[in-house]
Amino acid sequence: MTTLKELLACGSPVERQRPWPRSVVNIETWQLAAQQLLAGEVAMLGLWADNAAVHLALSNEEGTDVAVLTLPCADGHFPSIGQYHSPAIRLERSIQDLFGMRADGLPDTRPWLDHGRWGQQYPMGAALPAPDNGIVYEFLAAEGESLHQIPVGPVHAGIIEPGHFRFSANGELVVRLEERLAYTHKGVEKLMAGSDLATAARLAGRVSGDSTVAYAWTFARAVEAALGIIVPQRALWLRALMAELERLANHLGDIGAICNDAAFTLMHAQCGVLREQVLRVSASVFGHRLMMDRIVPGGVSTDMDEDGARQVSDLIGIIRSQLPSLLELYDNTTSLEDRTVGTGIVEHALVQQFATGGFIGRASGRKFDARKNLAYEPYEKLVFEIPVRHKGDVNARVWIRFDEVGQSLAMLEQIITQLPGDMDIHQDTDQRTFSGGEGIALGEGFRGDILVWVDIDENGRITRCHLRDPSWFQWPLLEVAIKDNIVADFPLCNKSFNCSYSGHDL
Amino acid sequence: MRKTLFKNLLSHPVSEPPPAVDDDEVSALAKKLERLSKARLGRSLAIRMVDAGSCNACELEINALNNPVYALDRFGINFVASPRHADVLLVTGPVTKSMREALERTYQAMPAPKWVVTAGVCAQNGGLFAGSYACVDGGVAAVVPVNLHIAGCPPSPAELLRGLLTLLSATMVK
Repeated sequence: MTTLKELLACGSPVERQRPWPRSVVNIETWQLAAQQLLAGEVAMLGLWADNAAVHLALSNEEGTDVAVLTLPCADGHFPSIGQYHSPAIRLERSIQDLFGMRADGLPDTRPWLDHGRWGQQYPMGAALPAPDNGIVYEFLAAEGESLHQIPVGPVHAGIIEPGHFRFSANGELVVRLEERLAYTHKGVEKLMAGSDLATAARLAGRVSGDSTVAYAWTFARAVEAALGIIVPQRALWLRALMAELERLANHLGDIGAICNDAAFTLMHAQCGVLREQVLRVSASVFGHRLMMDRIVPGGVSTDMDEDGARQVSDLIGIIRSQLPSLLELYDNTTSLEDRTVGTGIVEHALVQQFATGGFIGRASGRKFDARKNLAYEPYEKLVFEIPVRHKGDVNARVWIRFDEVGQSLAMLEQIITQLPGDMDIHQDTDQRTFSGGEGIALGEGFRGDILVWVDIDENGRITRCHLRDPSWFQWPLLEVAIKDNIVADFPLCNKSFNCSYSGHDL
Repeated sequence: MRKTLFKNLLSHPVSEPPPAVDDDEVSALAKKLERLSKARLGRSLAIRMVDAGSCNACELEINALNNPVYALDRFGINFVASPRHADVLLVTGPVTKSMREALERTYQAMPAPKWVVTAGVCAQNGGLFAGSYACVDGGVAAVVPVNLHIAGCPPSPAELLRGLLTLLSATMVK
């Protein structure tokens, strides 16, 4: 067994990165890390590239410490992590598509992000011209006498994001689901490179709109770590306030939407009204229903006055008063639970292997939450629990959301009463005062942990920024969860996962 | 469940009155639509929504139109699953190159007369994503003809509702 610290010590440290260490390692250490991932001694938080190197972000088994290993690969080749540790496969396919680098030994060499429509190849590497007439994509085979295929998407029936699902079914029973994503790939990381902090922050806030607060915050923390900026206390607490409002709105929306996919519209309507109230309070207090662009590097752009605090308090009261009847409504409707209990089970071993965050991990017994395990301000000052359940089915994922709504309400109450009264909500990020640097942050969005790694030059411009959505380690498990369930239960499973397309496709 | 149903039955509806629609805007739009809408639709619109690469914020707000507060269907406006049933194509996102063909084919699958409405700045001109190697230049209008833009990042449900009601009124002007 090799610990995270020992892996780090095998290489030479890079002083530039804050707050967690980064080490430049050789191929042997890189492969040792892959072995440790396979053995479950460390967990993978991210895997990304820039032109001359690949970076692997790891945490220890307990999820309380983070480190980055960097493998220089001037010739563009690096040993595949995915050949040992399958959660890395799609990340390595993406690195190949964007940079033209090669992950030697990668078991799946099909493109992932590149659909052959960009008019070029390797847009973040050599950017070679390529025809944009599409790529013939071979789906994995499922063979058998009575099997048939059901192709779904990219345009889906509802008001949702685009992606393609290829079902192989035996009658009603799903034998294999294969996802094909990246229809919403917008080239965010290329747009980030060379942009100033303000533009980059706006981009970060539009990686996945439902998590705009969580993204803006995690990006801001990475920038602040890189530049050594101390954020005023009041701003930190206001950030947490917004983040918990965002979590509340999303969880309420999800609970309703999951029930709606079991044709239980009553819950959808009840939750929809509550969600609307959260968004209206957010708009009234911070000036934007989803609170976009309210968190900026250095602090927050909008303060909350006393009237705003009262509105949030009232909102907490309203939701608290209605939550018991919603819980009862869910718990006492057996026809609904008949659909959710035992449906779409994700085994504990899988969420451990994939280091799956958010309600999917926690509904399958993985107790990880960046607000607790890697507590950042102000969460270490707040009293809250991380709810965990073990059944791993749709029902458990609904209950985790209910549990977390309760926790968020408790946190909001504490924030309102303990909000520091200082006047300052923003620390200047003017690049003249700073010398550039490299920062990394892990933040807990409603969906799970978001990783942001950023490198800023001395002029205050981004040279490279990587944003890893929690969905990267959740989407693959949906393929497993639906196996041996009926096709009609796919919407339920999918909605209980509620993975981000845009956040994943980037 | 019964308790909740009874409570709702006995309380006032949460649905709010619709936003006011500007008459000048309606007649201006009606003039633009005139040559398209030989056959009028009566008091209803069926919308097929396509996300052409948005960040999903616009979808959140479009979904909110269906909550009881906005209750879009009371105006005869419905979201439909098939483009074959749709009068209006509502598009969000800057149109990623990987979604371009899906957007074109959805439009082609719709029967005439048909209208295209965009929601959000990205759909209008690419927004923050303009100039990316992965996005079409010029937003939705570069791919399918657009009749109405609803601005915002994202547009609020009230703004979306106002835009759709303007369109509904415009299709009924003689």
